[in-house]
Amino acid sequence: MSFLNNVITGISLGSIYAIIALGYTMVYGIAKMLNFAHGDVIMVGAYVCFFAMGSFNLPPVVGVLLAVVVCTVLGMVIERLAYKPLRAAPSLAVLITAIGVSYLLQNSAQILWGAATKTFRPIVEGSLTLVPGQLSVSYVAILSVVCCVVVMVGLTLFTGQTKMGKAMRACSEDKGAAQLMGIDVNATISMTFAIGSALAALAGVLMCSAYPVLSPTTGSMPGIRAFTAAVFGGIGSVPGALLGGILLGVIETFGKAYISTDLSDAVVFAVLIIVLLVRPAGLMGKYVPEKV
Amino acid sequence: MLKVNDINVYYGAIHAIKGVSFEVNAGEVVTLIGANGAGKSTILNTVCGLLHSRTGSIEFLGKPLGGTPAHKIVEQGMAHVPEGRRIFLQMTVEENLEMGAYTQPRSTIDPNLERVYDQFPRLKERRKQIAGTLSGGEQQMLAMGRGLMSSPKLLMLDEPSMGLAPILVEQIFDIIRRLHEKGTTILLVEQNAQMALSVADRGYVLETGKIVATGTGQELLRNAAVKKAYLGG
Ligand SMILES: Nc1ncnc2c1ncn2[C@@H]1O[C@H](COP(=O)(O)OP(=O)(O)O)[C@@H](O)[C@H]1O
Ligand SMILES: [Mg+2]
Repeated sequence: MSFLNNVITGISLGSIYAIIALGYTMVYGIAKMLNFAHGDVIMVGAYVCFFAMGSFNLPPVVGVLLAVVVCTVLGMVIERLAYKPLRAAPSLAVLITAIGVSYLLQNSAQILWGAATKTFRPIVEGSLTLVPGQLSVSYVAILSVVCCVVVMVGLTLFTGQTKMGKAMRACSEDKGAAQLMGIDVNATISMTFAIGSALAALAGVLMCSAYPVLSPTTGSMPGIRAFTAAVFGGIGSVPGALLGGILLGVIETFGKAYISTDLSDAVVFAVLIIVLLVRPAGLMGKYVPEKV
Repeated sequence: MLKVNDINVYYGAIHAIKGVSFEVNAGEVVTLIGANGAGKSTILNTVCGLLHSRTGSIEFLGKPLGGTPAHKIVEQGMAHVPEGRRIFLQMTVEENLEMGAYTQPRSTIDPNLERVYDQFPRLKERRKQIAGTLSGGEQQMLAMGRGLMSSPKLLMLDEPSMGLAPILVEQIFDIIRRLHEKGTTILLVEQNAQMALSVADRGYVLETGKIVATGTGQELLRNAAVKKAYLGG
């Protein structure tokens, strides 16, 4: 039973990683940059929901929606102010800027909301008992998996079927050619940040509902793990983010259960390194040789 | 239709286009010929708004384009089929064509698809295929078809014959001739001067960023200097 419990925990944690990883991967696919501030947007989303529910006594659904709205706007503002001016800059400059934005968000959170950790009230409580006394699944875990599935299906339909989604794929392949089609590339990049940040907010609320501690650095480890998941699955690939996220959650949970709690991150990264040695582009990524 | 007036284009300190002027009238096929590196692509990229000229002006359909971003110029009726085709390799043939109609109202997509498929039956057979799996000639047809999807008033083609076998080059130029007969206005950039001049009403010869000769296609074909430089004596 503990094995099954671990599988369930791993998949639900992995679903949250997958939702975060989708944001990383979409932004990378379009803007060709690693948005290291992505994890901190998670934290902002969680705080917004925390205060909406705690200080204003709003229902959880409203808290989640507010978090999504605030983070969507935040993601677009970050892109506009910090990254857009660097569109033609070397990627190292963009990377350092992203790290800077990450610290800016953490420090701002510290000033606004204090460094002390807060106890997050889960948006759903209780659990579903499968085998009395032995096997149960929390509603948060179920909700995480459901959200992940809905997000995946939604994004797949969006990028595969809608005009805007196809324009996004066109931009991710060739921005110059996309412009020649009449696609507004800047607006498309902005929209990608909006979607990614909305997903980060959702992930933040789910994460804090499952592991209810909230502090200004809450987003950084999940951010790094989700980034790992995105690389694991193949950065730029939407199904890759799902696969990478779930695998990462499962590996982390099993590493904690059967190897060592302290070593679980080391286990995760060891697996990542092995995968990348065998498949440099990740599990589902396409290896694209540099064009000459 | 298109009036380019004394433009100067720079890449940083490199002065790539030096005071170039030319025009394209409605219904004409005009060609810009010149060796590799003469500045042909730079001119097209400036006209379509991907690059900007430091001085000079460009007028399209009577309106100045100065500073208009590329995606807005498309809406005004200009289609640019860039060098190297630049089709979306991971999208299907039909999705590529849909992208070509991005600025068009939904109702025009189906009739335009029909028109392009009539023009290029090969694309219709392969409509669900991923574009990256097409042969070079098919990719060029897709690039041209994609350009036509917006029913452009001006179609700009950058070296459509590049890298194609002679028989395919013939096919591509046949298509250009047919488009011309139907009244499409075309600005054609080529290194293959012989072919380009034979379909063009008028041509301009470009050398290191400057126009050095101009005339009708036939005149340029007979021009001794052009013959020597571009037509193998
Ligand atoms: N992105 C660029 N940066 C710097 N120089 C460039 C760039 N693109 C083209 N050039 C230079 O501008 C000149 C004209 O290039 P181009 O317009 O591509 O010529 P063509 O299309 O006639 O072969 C060449 O000397 C080329 O080296
Ligand atoms: Mg060129």
